[in-house]
Amino acid sequence: MDYIEPHAHMISRTTDDYRQMALMGCVALSEPAFWAGWDRKSADSFEDYFGQLTEFEPARAAQFGIQHYTWLCLNPKEGENRELALQVLQRIPKYLERPNVLGIGEIGLNRNTMRELETFKDHVSLALDHNKMILIHTPHLEDKHKGTRLIIKALQSFQNLDPRKVMIDHAEEHTIEMIRDNGFRCGLTLYPNTKVSYERAADIIEMHGPEGIYVNSACDWGISTPTAVPQFMFEMRRRKHDEETIRKVVYENPIAFFSQSAHFRIARAAAPVARTEELAYVD
Amino acid sequence: MKNMASTCPMELGKIVDEYFAENRHRLIELAAFLDRMDRAHDGESPALDFRVAALRQAIPMLLQPGPERVKRIQLLLSDPSDEPRTNLDRKAAYGAYSGAGRIL
Repeated sequence: MDYIEPHAHMISRTTDDYRQMALMGCVALSEPAFWAGWDRKSADSFEDYFGQLTEFEPARAAQFGIQHYTWLCLNPKEGENRELALQVLQRIPKYLERPNVLGIGEIGLNRNTMRELETFKDHVSLALDHNKMILIHTPHLEDKHKGTRLIIKALQSFQNLDPRKVMIDHAEEHTIEMIRDNGFRCGLTLYPNTKVSYERAADIIEMHGPEGIYVNSACDWGISTPTAVPQFMFEMRRRKHDEETIRKVVYENPIAFFSQSAHFRIARAAAPVARTEELAYVD
Repeated sequence: MKNMASTCPMELGKIVDEYFAENRHRLIELAAFLDRMDRAHDGESPALDFRVAALRQAIPMLLQPGPERVKRIQLLLSDPSDEPRTNLDRKAAYGAYSGAGRIL
């Protein structure tokens, strides 16, 4: 079965990961901007990063017939630095019309601070000013429930925001209801220890139904699994769920959400593209 | 939420067959973690750490009636306050709400 990986930080993964994902049926993925594991010192660093997300990674993915899409922002872990955030926010617009950019993300909160919240609201304003979709990171562990509450309250302060164009990601059992009850789309992240397991993701689909939910790996530079979505599919099959339900969660729901961007065009089983001269130096 | 009854398509016996071993493993790992803390060479009481204290509070919740054990434990481990933090204290979450508690 074809699937879409809606949240993968491929900049931190190997080319072999792209290959494994393609072999397991991945036809498209989206890569939100995120934290590098260290705080960047200047807005120039972000310009290089946005270049990588909009030029290099799409070419790397295309070698395996995977369509690469992306989201741009200064991520929540750096949101405390208001001066840097304001500089980066000024530079984002010139990248928004690049062909693989779906919107603003992953924005949100990390430790639920006042400055993080201001940076988050600035990004929401930017998205609305440019009529772009939004991908939201909810905080980890003890901060998740409060952070999700603060995020929803902040989003609802924007009169012209359509919740159907907002994906609130990394949902868990204690946050999924407030996300869906307020009309937002919902992501479940299959990530060891800090998010949900394949089993719990299947439990959540069973308890809440598949409407408006997709699953993702959020694979990054940490211990994480780029092929987590097929492992979720395997768990669903182990429980005898029908293929229609599985396909809805791993393929149709991501398409329904992403298709709100004019940049998203799914092409089934795209042919692999030959490596460019630049990519030839990767190995 | 839908009615929770009968939303898993597997029969009960099959659920036990499929998932018992891995959950037995998790239970033994948790017991080993508690034992390991008791063997710490400095002799501190593990319960003085707010994370461990929260874990000890959560364990009896496993035996409460379902179906929302997961959610109840997640909320026990969550920051219940409403106001944003004034300042960033650290980048990473702890896993449990500190309140006035401390870490060892």
